[in-house]
Amino acid sequence: MEYTILILLLPILSFLILALAGMKMPHRVAGFIGTLSLGAVAVLSYVTAYGYFTQPRSAGGTFATLMPYNFEWLPFTPALHIDMGILLDPISVMMLVVISTVSFMVHIYSFGYMKGEKEFQRYYAFLSLFTFSMLGLVVATNIFQMYVFWELVGVSSYLLIGFYYTKPEAISASKKAFIVTRFADLGFLIGILIYGYYVGTFTFAPATENLMQGALMLPWALGLMFVGGAGKSSMFPLHIWLPDAMEGPTPVSALIHAATMVVAGVYQVARLFPLYIAYAPETLHIVAYVGAFTAFYAVSVACAQSDIKRVLAFSTISQIGFMMVALGVCTGMPSHEGGLGNMASMFHLFTHAMFKALLFLGAGCIIHAVHSNEMSTMGGLRKYMPITHITFLIACLAISGIPPFSGFFSKDEILTACFAFSPVMGYVMTFIAGMTAFYMFRLYYGIFWGRENKELHAEHVPHECPLTMTFPLMVLAAVTCVAGFIPFGHFVTGDGLSYDIHLESSVAVTSCVVAVIAIALATFMYARSSQPVADSLARRFPRLHEAAYRRFYMDEIWLFVTKRIIFRCVSTPLAWFDRHVIDGFMNFLAWSTRASGEEVQPMQSGRIQSYVLWFLSGIIVLTLILLAV
Amino acid sequence: MEITLQEVVFGIIALMMAVCSVLAVTSGKILRAATALLFVLFGTSVLYFMLGYTYLGAVQLSVYAGGIVVLYVFSILLTRSDKNMNERIPRGRWFAAAVTVLVGFVLTLFLLFTNGFALNSIPALQELDPETVGKALIGMGKYQFVLPFEVVSVLLLACMIGAIMIARKR
Amino acid sequence: MDIHVISYLVLSTVMLFAGVYGFFTRRNLLATLISVELMLNATNIKFAGFNRYLFPGVLEGHFFSLFGIAISAAETAVAIAIMINVYRNVRNIQTDDISDLKG
Repeated sequence: MEYTILILLLPILSFLILALAGMKMPHRVAGFIGTLSLGAVAVLSYVTAYGYFTQPRSAGGTFATLMPYNFEWLPFTPALHIDMGILLDPISVMMLVVISTVSFMVHIYSFGYMKGEKEFQRYYAFLSLFTFSMLGLVVATNIFQMYVFWELVGVSSYLLIGFYYTKPEAISASKKAFIVTRFADLGFLIGILIYGYYVGTFTFAPATENLMQGALMLPWALGLMFVGGAGKSSMFPLHIWLPDAMEGPTPVSALIHAATMVVAGVYQVARLFPLYIAYAPETLHIVAYVGAFTAFYAVSVACAQSDIKRVLAFSTISQIGFMMVALGVCTGMPSHEGGLGNMASMFHLFTHAMFKALLFLGAGCIIHAVHSNEMSTMGGLRKYMPITHITFLIACLAISGIPPFSGFFSKDEILTACFAFSPVMGYVMTFIAGMTAFYMFRLYYGIFWGRENKELHAEHVPHECPLTMTFPLMVLAAVTCVAGFIPFGHFVTGDGLSYDIHLESSVAVTSCVVAVIAIALATFMYARSSQPVADSLARRFPRLHEAAYRRFYMDEIWLFVTKRIIFRCVSTPLAWFDRHVIDGFMNFLAWSTRASGEEVQPMQSGRIQSYVLWFLSGIIVLTLILLAV
Repeated sequence: MEITLQEVVFGIIALMMAVCSVLAVTSGKILRAATALLFVLFGTSVLYFMLGYTYLGAVQLSVYAGGIVVLYVFSILLTRSDKNMNERIPRGRWFAAAVTVLVGFVLTLFLLFTNGFALNSIPALQELDPETVGKALIGMGKYQFVLPFEVVSVLLLACMIGAIMIARKR
Repeated sequence: MDIHVISYLVLSTVMLFAGVYGFFTRRNLLATLISVELMLNATNIKFAGFNRYLFPGVLEGHFFSLFGIAISAAETAVAIAIMINVYRNVRNIQTDDISDLKG
């Protein structure tokens, strides 16, 4: 498996080429370089996955963990050192496939979407950088390498959100995303340091005696690491950056803010899953509660948004909440005894990446056609954009959990795991799944059916997108149709043993019925051009609607906390201290140097005789001192 | 206590040299100063002869007294330095220089006298014959000086070229 | 032979400090150079005297004096060349007037 190093080298190489020489080449060439290298990465990932999953299982029935590369990078002590390398195990291989597929599709799609954009090459350079960092993150052999790439992912996300750097909203959104995730990463870093200090290593699977000596601190370390994961995966209350991140180009939202980067937190928890189960089950349950609350919060906000990308963003938040819940409700490693959630979470991660990327790319097509994000400018688009319409519908059905689309299978496993944990959790999550179906179809009808904005469409007739944009849609739609039938349990499970996915009939039927009811409700409320029920509901509960539309004022609360409390009580005194005490000291140093220099300057007369006079007097004084001593 | 001829000669020479040194740095006319320097240089060569270093004394005479002083006299006349020797330096600077010199002089004398040199005779007085000097100058062994000799040769060549380059008219 | 070594040393000290005094007080460059020659001679005498009295078996001091003479000849040649060049440019060789090299 030595060729896996190419999976990392190709994107960074293409980033370097595009960043250094990109502006000199035509758009088309730059795009081809990025896309070709990503195509090669995708092929390599498939080869890796095929090679990995067809290898014979080890005696215990699991797939062996491979480390084709692992070199010592920064040694601190003989035991504690930071390594850089490539780790292949079921989840990292699965992530490789997800990332390279979605990234490849986004590269193709961007040809059409970003056509004529002034800084096309820079865009592709950043995409390559992002892909490199994300791939490096998933194949990390230790927590510190993960952290390094974690930050790189954050940087490329920052760069891509702020791609339209002449737009003030994009700039503030990119800053917000960077600062919020960076703030959360502080927790991650502290967690890593605690882990490194008490366990004495950075590897994911330390020796048992090492773990025993740090067992007391492990829940704290893992909890702090989860804070970082919650920031990246936009868990409540650190979710505020993700909706604003939609200011970036839509393919970027599909790649980074739907399919790959935002699931880094889920991936992190899954990567540390054995440690959570063995040493910090309570922390794991906190993860579950945070995920459940986030999922609920996000769906309720999503029901009231009018910007289609925002709806999708909140949908992403709630789906990641689902994944977190699935991980959090685990009580043991084996899939039959409380470990089902791990498999379910990874499965959902896989399917969600595909259909959410599809949704975002479809939204990109729509935005491309009507030049706006607002639902009011859409409606009735099914006539103009048939391919987008069908693929979008498939994705909506998948996320709503309608069989036989992929979302049904993974969501069903999650719900089964939740019911196994506690019935309350199961019902809550089923309800949230129903709401998901409702708002997704509200979105679907709002775009393709419903009230058509005829004036606007007469003025500028919406048109179907070119093949470069519809081709990725079709590919992803095809994947979404069949992904549910992948025997996922054979490849990725909590304990590594093979597990046959079987549908719990009661759970499956319940969730299906709820989803169908929700879709029917959405059809009833939003499918026709007049929407009396929805409008009257909005009129009946104006405050609730307003609150949901304003995302329950979370941004305002954060602003209050940062501006009123942190800025005023912490930052202002610190700024004063910095300006007066530290700067004053430095200014004093500079002033005294300058003043003494000006005092000494007249002695530099240029007269050699006075120099020699000083020299001789100095010697005499030194001799006298030596004599006296 | 008997006074030997050697002592008498040394006394006269030393007195002459001391007086001429002071004259050389205080005289108002630069040609007089140069002449005083010439006498000091003569005296120095006499001291070398008395120490038995006849070769060194001969070099002193030919290079210093014969060459350098002539060079001085020529350049004095070329730069008309004899016209502007009367300008005095500021009093403060003169005072500082005088004090420093005096203190340094006293300090050095103090060091010399408290050091306790007890030697008042030259052991086995004999003349250092030029053959020994020549062998030491071009030998490569220990206490032989072919390397400094070569270095000084190159230095002299460089100075010669440099002096010509600097002084020629452009 | 009863001349004490200290006689040579005292004589050379007188010469040395006479040279130092001249170096400090003279304003003419040539006169300064004369003072430097005095100092060089004083050290040469010291070297020769020390060699003869304290280390009669070897010749280091003697050769140091010899090379000192050679180097002072070189120094004088260059210094006088510089002075003639300066005189040609500024018609003067007073030390106070020549401070253009000051930064």
